[in-house]
Amino acid sequence: MPVFYGTTIDSPLMLGTAGYPSPKILADAFARSGAGVATVSLRRESGGGQDFWALIQSLGVVLLPNTAGCHTAREAVTTAQMAREVFGTDWIKLEVIGNTDTLQPDVFGLVEAARILSAEGFKVFPYCTEDLVVCERLLDAGCQVLMPWGAPIGSGLGLNNPHGLRALRAAFPDVALVVDAGIGLPSHAAAAMEMGFDAVLLNSAVARAGDPAAMAGAMAAAIRAGREACLADPMERTDMAIPSTPVIGRAFL
Amino acid sequence: MRITINGTPQDSTAATLAQALAEAGLTGRIATALNGSFVPATLRETTPIRDGDAIEALAPMQGG
Repeated sequence: MPVFYGTTIDSPLMLGTAGYPSPKILADAFARSGAGVATVSLRRESGGGQDFWALIQSLGVVLLPNTAGCHTAREAVTTAQMAREVFGTDWIKLEVIGNTDTLQPDVFGLVEAARILSAEGFKVFPYCTEDLVVCERLLDAGCQVLMPWGAPIGSGLGLNNPHGLRALRAAFPDVALVVDAGIGLPSHAAAAMEMGFDAVLLNSAVARAGDPAAMAGAMAAAIRAGREACLADPMERTDMAIPSTPVIGRAFL
Repeated sequence: MRITINGTPQDSTAATLAQALAEAGLTGRIATALNGSFVPATLRETTPIRDGDAIEALAPMQGG
């Protein structure tokens, strides 16, 4: 099971709380998913915030507030400070968005904000790209978890750069790695776990499914299968066939 | 004086951030920022409000 900043989480599935058809469906999806972490956000109070707080309290999961929508390090730092007070946690999913079409992280602002927040005692979960050097900078800034994207947020495209993700796993064997964003199907989540990622963070794939609770269950099963496959040490791939049935003893007909 | 709370300009007689939040009916589990900087709950009673100030009061919300 994943360990984030010394805390062991019961499930490698981290689930977002946005975009569900109703609060009841959200609660059902969480129950089916077995998720150990729920991502949440802060927005201007317009009446629903207090009810939502009661709902997430009932889920029995660890909360991971995000800085979604922030486009500068300064905005993200202020949002993180506010989130720490409201949610009572020093965990922060750090998002500094650099492009409005792709919601691609601004990795320069991200590293800057990660350094500031780590110095203030935050446990930073940076939403980043799979760039090896950026990830090194984030570790230098104090991060003990990296959360590279699979594909743009909400796209459901899966793992756009499996080679890059595998390279990260190989480069940082002892760092907690999470694929965050882009997951659309259970097979995408299973693939990330097969690569040896510690966890998968997804939201839209469940919330926007026709039956979110059923999809949450499918994701949980896929992630479990992917994890078990990784631990089972998968066979090497080859380009040519290797007969599985013994050649010796074949009849001469 | 005129202040802005969560993007809405309004008249206010509040002397402190805590009074401005009470005037606007903002209670419960919220976090506050004044002119872009975080103000902890423990400092709201002693944080003065001036003409033109911009207050943000944020609450828990769904997120991915």
